[in-house]
Amino acid sequence: MISALRWLLRRLALAVLVVLGAATVAFAALHLAPGDPVRAVIGTLNPSQDLVDRVRVDLGLDQPLATQYGQLLGRLVTGDLGESYQLHRPVAEVIASEIGWTAQLAMASLVLALAPSVLLAVTTAGRRPALRRLSTVLELITASSPTFWIGTLLLAVFSFRLRLFPAAGGDGIEGLVLPAAAQAVGLIGIFTQVLRQSMERALDEPFALSARARGTGETALRLRHALRHALIPVVTLSGWITGALFSGAVVVETVFSRPGLGRTLVTAILGRDLPVVIGVVVVAAALFTLINLVVDLLYRVVDPRLREQAA
Amino acid sequence: MAGELVSVAGLHVEYRVGRTVVPAVRGVDLHLRPGECLAVVGESGSGKTAIAKALVGLTGPGSRVRADRLVVGGQDVNGLTDRGWRRVRGARVGLVLQDALTSLDPVRPVGAEIAEAVRNHRVVGRRAVAARVRQLLADAQVPQPELRARQYPHQLSGGLRQRALIAAAMAADPPVLVADEPTTALDVTVQARVLDLLAARKAEGTAVLLISHDLSVVARLADRVAVLHDGVVVETGDTAELLRAPTHPYTRRLLAATPTAHRRGARLAGPRTTPARVRSPRPTGVVAEVSGVSKVFRGPDRQPHRAVSDVSFTLSAGEILGVVGESGSGKSTLAHLLLGLLEPDSGRIGLFGRPWSGVPESRRRRGQVQWVQQDPLGSFDPRYRVSRLIEEAGADRARVHELLDQVGLDRTLADRHPATLSGGQRQRVAIARALAPSPEVIVCDEPVSALDVSVQAQILDLFTDIRADLGTAIVLISHDLGVVHHVADRVLVMRDGEVVESGEVTEVFAQPAHPYTRELIGALPRPQDAYAGQPEGVT
Repeated sequence: MISALRWLLRRLALAVLVVLGAATVAFAALHLAPGDPVRAVIGTLNPSQDLVDRVRVDLGLDQPLATQYGQLLGRLVTGDLGESYQLHRPVAEVIASEIGWTAQLAMASLVLALAPSVLLAVTTAGRRPALRRLSTVLELITASSPTFWIGTLLLAVFSFRLRLFPAAGGDGIEGLVLPAAAQAVGLIGIFTQVLRQSMERALDEPFALSARARGTGETALRLRHALRHALIPVVTLSGWITGALFSGAVVVETVFSRPGLGRTLVTAILGRDLPVVIGVVVVAAALFTLINLVVDLLYRVVDPRLREQAA
Repeated sequence: MAGELVSVAGLHVEYRVGRTVVPAVRGVDLHLRPGECLAVVGESGSGKTAIAKALVGLTGPGSRVRADRLVVGGQDVNGLTDRGWRRVRGARVGLVLQDALTSLDPVRPVGAEIAEAVRNHRVVGRRAVAARVRQLLADAQVPQPELRARQYPHQLSGGLRQRALIAAAMAADPPVLVADEPTTALDVTVQARVLDLLAARKAEGTAVLLISHDLSVVARLADRVAVLHDGVVVETGDTAELLRAPTHPYTRRLLAATPTAHRRGARLAGPRTTPARVRSPRPTGVVAEVSGVSKVFRGPDRQPHRAVSDVSFTLSAGEILGVVGESGSGKSTLAHLLLGLLEPDSGRIGLFGRPWSGVPESRRRRGQVQWVQQDPLGSFDPRYRVSRLIEEAGADRARVHELLDQVGLDRTLADRHPATLSGGQRQRVAIARALAPSPEVIVCDEPVSALDVSVQAQILDLFTDIRADLGTAIVLISHDLGVVHHVADRVLVMRDGEVVESGEVTEVFAQPAHPYTRELIGALPRPQDAYAGQPEGVT
């Protein structure tokens, strides 16, 4: 119990460091990149020098970099993400209104990818050679197809031709199906390959022979024994992919004209909206560490051998 | 024949490897009646595991099984479909494999594994499954069955795990039990209890097919023995008869290779073939002194655990000192201390009167103390050739050839990679490497545990030759009392980090003073048990 608490505290302290580190990198990158946020904020082509100077003072961009960086860290530590230059709203509010869309999409994509992958892996791991070969080819194709292309294809077929789903926006389930499917297709290939490979390894183990010798059928053997072993690499992969689904959402969000974090980030970068960019980066970093924490906890759920070890 | 539970005639098992077909079993006949135990004994590659798998229809992909007659559990299973086999497996025949740590699913509770077999064959109603699992564990003499059923394999000791595995195999009450090396990974005292459990099942009428590389394990349980060599049964007969008067040369060779009490010190693998290279001057006197050495580790629960506790002994030149003990007795930690890989927490180790422990690495004379491990494959860089493996230890090309001669390996092997060598050849390379810097002491940690008995015999002979030629002192660490008794001069018996008894091997074995030593020796299966008429210790 004590060791579990100690482990959690250490992980949280590390998470804070990761978030501050991500903020630092974002800060440095934005100040190294060309383009002046002040001119972007004003927007007009030839603003007067007086206006530029006033806005610069307003935004605190007249201060030396070290001071700006110190102020940024000071605000972050108190949980203040600042105010958007462009939208004139608190960054926290902007992110809060967008993150739900992206989270919804990421979760839907993950579920849409995992369910068929498990089914495919259970059906083809170590048996049905013809189907297994066909599945392998399809996995390779889907895993190497770019998301925007699949998205466009889905739009062309299901929205424009069959008119089953809306082409853009759309609330609720209908609006979610196509973008989630577009992201899931590529993942199915990856998940199925990883699942099948580790399942086939588990099926070669002596415990699989023991289970067969008890009269356990091949499908039951895969569901009851092999799948659990195959879940360990899939949990690792899912953690990474969930993070990537948050940060990589911009592609589908653009193709399907959905609101979300990805588009907010791209708009903010183009508009030199420093607080929003840093805010999104900080939230993404926090999410990543949170997901990693969840992944570590899931390992313990899946594999009892890891439960007793102090981290 | 009527009344036979297993009746196999003309069994062939082949495996397809690439384009070639490798026969594993070539025309084997087996017969087994209720309450009878038949042992199939053979070395690695003899096809014994292929027989076990064929009897449960699980020879796997790429295999082909042919038989004139294949009756298992009283049912004709020749050419059965997988669906048909599923009703036979577990219900008519149970399978117990070696090492339950990998033979039980590590991520499922032990009880779930047993319940699976109960459910597969609908032995009892759904609500009674849990009670049945408890009963099966209790039948297999697992204490606290309720608690154990909820635990995972890694939380159980080796003996309990093996019993749980037997409980799972017996869950649907099959009339036949096939046990493939069921006690190989276990300590002797635990092995004895697991064999007793199998004997109890046999007494209740189960027919047991015992598959083993170890004639002494077999002697304790089997009524009849079939000796398997290259996929063919070369000799079969009554256990006592076969052990007393083996007729086939291979059986004789196997028996001669097994270290037994009355043949202590005799050559096990026939006359010497390696040239004698006598070292002069030979070392004399006390080589190493160990006084009051202790080593404490902290376990995962942060509790200090004394792995080695106040151990003292001296080692003289040309002496073979045996260290016996079961897993967890601290014998490997002692090896690491002797090798200077660990520093003792208290006590001193001296080499030729000079301190060996507590000196800086630069002042160690590493070449003087060498190491031979259980699995040389794991201690070799797989990309190195044999010559480089030995040169690494400080030998030039000529010396490599000399060393290969000395350990009885052909010089042409110098250009091979370790993975292409047999287990025995690899262990010889490990010994050649240990001999390269002309050490005064060689510490051998379980050097023959992974080897077949005939290969083990050759390696044990080699140790005797090295001691005779070079006067090197050898510390031989083993869980196998037979091995230690055969080659060692003196012995330390270790338990929980302490030396509970030490002395001349012949004295300790003839008149063990400590109860633990008596227990170890009593648990030791011996081929002569079968004809000494020792009763089965059924508990």
